[in-house]
This record gives sequence, structure tokens and C-alpha cells, in this order.
Amino acid sequence: MTKLTSIRTIAALAFAGSIALGGAVTADENAELVINGELALVTKTAAPDHLKDSLDEIYSGWVYRETDTQAMQMDDFDNPGMVFVDLGMDAWNKVEGTENKSCASCHNDPAESMKGVRATYPKWNEAAGELRTVEGQVNHCRTKNMGAEPYKYVSGDMANMVAMIAVQSRGMPVNVAIDGPVKAAWEQGKEIYYTRTGVLDLSCASCHEQNYGNYIRADHLSQGQINGFPAYRLKDARLHQVQDRFWGCIRDVRGEPYDRGSPEFTALELYVASRGNGLSVEGASVRN
Amino acid sequence: MELNRRETLALGLGAAAIVALPVRFAAAATGDEMIAAFTGGAAVAEGGVTITAPEIAENGNTVPVAVASENAVSIMVLAMGNPTPGVATFNFGEGAGAHSASTRMRLAGTQDVVAIAKMADGSFARAAATVKVTIGGCGG
Amino acid sequence: MADGVKPRVKAPAKAAAGEAVVLKTLISHVMESGQRKNKDGSLIPRSIINRFTCEFNGTMVVDVEMHPAISTNPYFEFEAVIPATGELKFTWYDDDGSVYNDAKMVTVG
Repeated sequence: MTKLTSIRTIAALAFAGSIALGGAVTADENAELVINGELALVTKTAAPDHLKDSLDEIYSGWVYRETDTQAMQMDDFDNPGMVFVDLGMDAWNKVEGTENKSCASCHNDPAESMKGVRATYPKWNEAAGELRTVEGQVNHCRTKNMGAEPYKYVSGDMANMVAMIAVQSRGMPVNVAIDGPVKAAWEQGKEIYYTRTGVLDLSCASCHEQNYGNYIRADHLSQGQINGFPAYRLKDARLHQVQDRFWGCIRDVRGEPYDRGSPEFTALELYVASRGNGLSVEGASVRN
Repeated sequence: MELNRRETLALGLGAAAIVALPVRFAAAATGDEMIAAFTGGAAVAEGGVTITAPEIAENGNTVPVAVASENAVSIMVLAMGNPTPGVATFNFGEGAGAHSASTRMRLAGTQDVVAIAKMADGSFARAAATVKVTIGGCGG
Repeated sequence: MADGVKPRVKAPAKAAAGEAVVLKTLISHVMESGQRKNKDGSLIPRSIINRFTCEFNGTMVVDVEMHPAISTNPYFEFEAVIPATGELKFTWYDDDGSVYNDAKMVTVG
């Protein structure tokens, strides 16, 4: 072990307390996620082709949670995130802006018009020539079509809206495109995923590819899949958008996070989403 | 100076105790004082009320808890280790079904959660559950 | 009134006469405990819902006194006896004087 590596290891261990090795992947390997006793979600499946060199199977973050947390997501009333989906639905029907329109004026019932959206974003927008997140598309609609003020990229209003949109795709497999016009962004996201950063010198992969299933202090490390976002986190009892989670992770390794809504984080979101191609859309999920 | 893990822990505990002392003195009503106010100083029997909470809570901010007591008119729930121990008091009316209720509570750390039931005949019963609150690795 | 406060209630639409039904309620509310500090070190004043009640046709089902250790977005689950067709009324009382309501009809028969 070179001196440099040993310093890295010590830093990483100081951060983690210790990573306990040899833990089972999940407390109950056979736990199945069924919502309201009727909608069965895929929480483990074969890794997509582009990941085959690194992982055999991919797992939703749900499988790493304790039984009580898991149970909270299995009923739409017990899931506290769903009240924010209700608030998102209220916002969907609210007329705003100079054009005197609501989301519903053009898109009618989101159960029809938004079905499948969460599963395929971030997605290339041909007219704009850019990769767009659901948040980006919401703000495009608000500013260009409604003549309304954009939501702050990470905010309660935005989280409510993207949660409501995510619910319309619940149970559908994540299926983001990774080639064609998004190829360059996907490669950029992959580069970010594997680049060590911060005082602790950790990459996304250090925890979520090389140590998933192990404990970081008392936390069970997941694969860092984002199929459950937005996620209602018990720690602060609110919905978290995916790029806010990225931001928190990089801050925790004492790095300098990209801006939420930046092209870099959007590229990373595409890449991380593609690592979960095949898992069910779960938003709004419940996590610790 | 080199410290082994045990010595480092001991130092940490000492520091925590020093910090914790003033807070302890400033606390409004302790759990025991709240129980005394609820019971009027009457004797409290063990049993006759149940409390259900996870042995290990993944996050102390949202911990499920359920209480039940067939003959209770009220059940008080206290988180004895919180700076303000009060969680809730359930008063059951004529329209209540089973005299049971669930909620979600905040626990400042590993501690005992106590339920005190006031029975229809004026007697009191007590039950307790210990909940371990884990400390996550990532603030994220 | 605090921002974004929205109640949710789960109650059955139908019941048998005299049946005890399970009710669940949740309301989005920050439940500021009065223990937390701002970035500048000043205490954030307490702002919680301090009482929740459920009545059926004017008869009290449960009356809950709530303290700061109740989690953000307070959740309750309890049972009510439904003797006849009628209305369940749910009321939340905020520290700031606001009162939030919801109601559900339950039909017997």
C-alpha cells in the first residue's frame, strides 16, 4: 500500500466510522415491495448490459432499509410522501402566469399524459438540442407555455410536482436512452461517477459500487439507485429530489458539489438512472 | 500521544457529559414530573397497557409507536430521554373503537418510551419499550 | 397559517352498524419543535399542531394532546365505532390559532 493510498483509506474510514464487511445484502433477501397490496414493483433484477462488467444484479434502495421503513412505502396512506403528491396535483390544476393556463389546460389528466415520463427522463429534447430532466421540462413549460415564474430547481413546489409526475409511472421499468444524441452526456456522467473527489477522496463508486450491502456506521449502503426519487426521507421528513441527494453526497465527502440543475449533475443523473434501467419507478419512495 | 478506541470513546463521553449538563438543568418538566402530574401521585401498576415500538429505529426523527389498553380512558406517551419528554396523550371518547392508537415520534437518541394509561376506574398502568436509535453514516 | 398544510384522511365509505373501523390521518406540517437553532444561532420558535380531534356525528372518538416529539407531518391511526350513517369530522389545532378540517361520510347498510 502506498503512503497516498493509506491516507485515503484512513480518511474514508474516518468518514465511515468503519465499513463493516460481510453484511448480508439485505435484512430480508426475499422481501417484496407490493404497494397497497396490488402493485408489485421490481426491486432487484439483472444489471443492464452496459453495467455487466461491474455488477450482476441491481437493487433498489428499498431492499436495504429496515422493515418499518419498508412497510411505510407499501401503503399509499402510510407513505408520508403521498401528501406532497396531493399538493403537486393541486399545483397541476392551478392557473398561473400571463397565459392564464394550468398544467391541466394542455396536459389534462396526468394519469394519461404523464404516464411513462419519469421512466425515460433525463431525455434528449430535439427542439432545444439539450438533455432535459423532469424538473427542467416543468420549468420550460412554466416559463414558455404558461408565462409563469419558474420554480426554484430544488424546492418544495418542484419536489411536489415531480413526485406527482413520478407516481404516474410507478411500476414501469426505468428505461432511459444512453446513446444517440445523449451519448456524450452519458459518458460525462460516467466520468463523474467514477472520479474521486473531496477531502475524503471518494467517488460515487467507492460506496455504491464497491461497498453496497456493507455498513457505513449504522447506515446500510445501497447501490445508490435513483428509481425511487423523489424520496421521502425520514431524517428530515421531506421529499428529496435526486440532484439534491447528489449535492448532499458530494458535500459529505467534503467535495465541492456542482449546482443543482447544472449540466454536470444532469449528465450524472442520466448515467445513474441508466444504472437502474430495469428497476421499477418507485417515486415517491420512503427512505431513512 | 496514541489513544486506543476505548480511550477515545471515553474522552468523547466526558466531553458529551460536560456539554449535556446545563441542558439537563434547563429542562422544563422531566418525564417523572409529567407522570406525577398525570397520575396525581397515585400508584402505577405494571401491565394493563401495551406499547409497541421498533427495537432499532433507522432514524430517530420518525419512529412508529402504538399504544393500547382496553379499559383506558387516556394513554399518555413519553419519550423519557428527550429534552421535552411529552409525545402525546390520547383521550378516548364514547365513539372510540378499540382503545388503541398509533403515531410517529421523534427520539433524541436511544431511550425508553413509556405509556401511562388512566383506567375507567381511576387506576393507572404503565408499560415501557426501549428503542435504540442508530446514527446514520451520511447526512446527505 | 403555516404554508402547504394539507390534511389526508383514510376512512371506509361503508360500514356495518356498530362496526369498529380503522381510521388513518396525516397532515403536512413542519411541527417546529422549538429546540432547533437557525444558522445564526437563534432559537427557531416552536410552531406545532397541539391538538387533534375526531368526532362522529358530534360524539368524540379521540381527542389527542400533541407535544413537540410528534414527527413532522403528524400521523395517527385509531378506531371509531360507526352506529349509523353519519359524518366523521377531523380537526387539527395549530399553535398559531389556525384550525384545519376534513370530513368523511360513512354509510351504514
